[in-house]
Amino acid sequence: MAKQTSIEQDGVIKEALSNAMFRVELQNGHQVIAHISGKMRMHYIRILPGDRVKLEMSPYDLSKARITYRYR
Amino acid sequence: MFSEQLELQKEGAQILGKVHGLVSQMMQPGVRTMQLDALAQQFITDHGAVPSFLGYRGSAPTAFPGALCISVNEVVVHGIPGNYLLKDGDIVSVDCGVYHRGFHTDSAYTYTVGEVAPQVLNLLRHTLQSLHLGIAQAKVGNRVGDISYAIQSYTESRGYGVVRELVGHGVGAHLHEKPEVPNYGQRGRGPRLAEGMVLAIEPMITLGRRSVVQEKDGWTIRTADKKAAAHFEHSVAVMPGEPEVITTFEYIDRKFHYLS
Repeated sequence: MAKQTSIEQDGVIKEALSNAMFRVELQNGHQVIAHISGKMRMHYIRILPGDRVKLEMSPYDLSKARITYRYR
Repeated sequence: MFSEQLELQKEGAQILGKVHGLVSQMMQPGVRTMQLDALAQQFITDHGAVPSFLGYRGSAPTAFPGALCISVNEVVVHGIPGNYLLKDGDIVSVDCGVYHRGFHTDSAYTYTVGEVAPQVLNLLRHTLQSLHLGIAQAKVGNRVGDISYAIQSYTESRGYGVVRELVGHGVGAHLHEKPEVPNYGQRGRGPRLAEGMVLAIEPMITLGRRSVVQEKDGWTIRTADKKAAAHFEHSVAVMPGEPEVITTFEYIDRKFHYLS
């Protein structure tokens, strides 16, 4: 049985929080708090509720994530 | 010190191999997927082992209700056995795990029912080939990324999609152990492989795009574009010299030996 990876996942932005953080719903239904990666900040990529994004996570804290890509 | 544990795991792998042999003979139109599951459950418990998947929860909201994951056509993995009637032209991935004397083994094979479209058959051939290429990299001193790269480069260069959301894994006293073994990655990256590690290597390859969605049941994963997906899996022990494949496809009905 394949393991659901916690390292790279896709999600949909639910809500924009303060400090450039977002509440994101993952494909498996879980909700996490995610902040935007430094590289995306440098390139001034803006994110709105409803956007589909790619997230990076650590297996140690499944409630937080980093947004690494915004799908068009 | 690893060898005794490995022997126990190999015993389980033999039972698991025979489950695949049994299931492969049932692959014909008109069979319900739950019949296959019942058969497998019976066989595993009759041999004094326990189905690894039955009641397994992981991060899912509900426990898995079967001994087999039966994933038909566009379903990639984790299909729940049910009322579905197999029909001519289906491809059916059967993933099974056996817990025997303290250790799990895990393997999967994608079968065909009747006549299957040539491009789908090619998908199966190439996915199985990528599994072999991945296994060949499971050597002491290599890294997980070497396995990942072997699978990704072979399949993506042929225009297939490599599923990112699901990965292979270590397998031993627990069904899912460290490290994660993605089917995509870079050479020389990731954890180093050491003697005695047992990995479940499982390429999940799609005919179309690589994105997948999860159905509402909390388990079933299917391709977003509803194109076919293939899935093959072996549990492999990292040994000095050549890797040792501990699960086996040898009991599987001859007609499914696509590559030979």
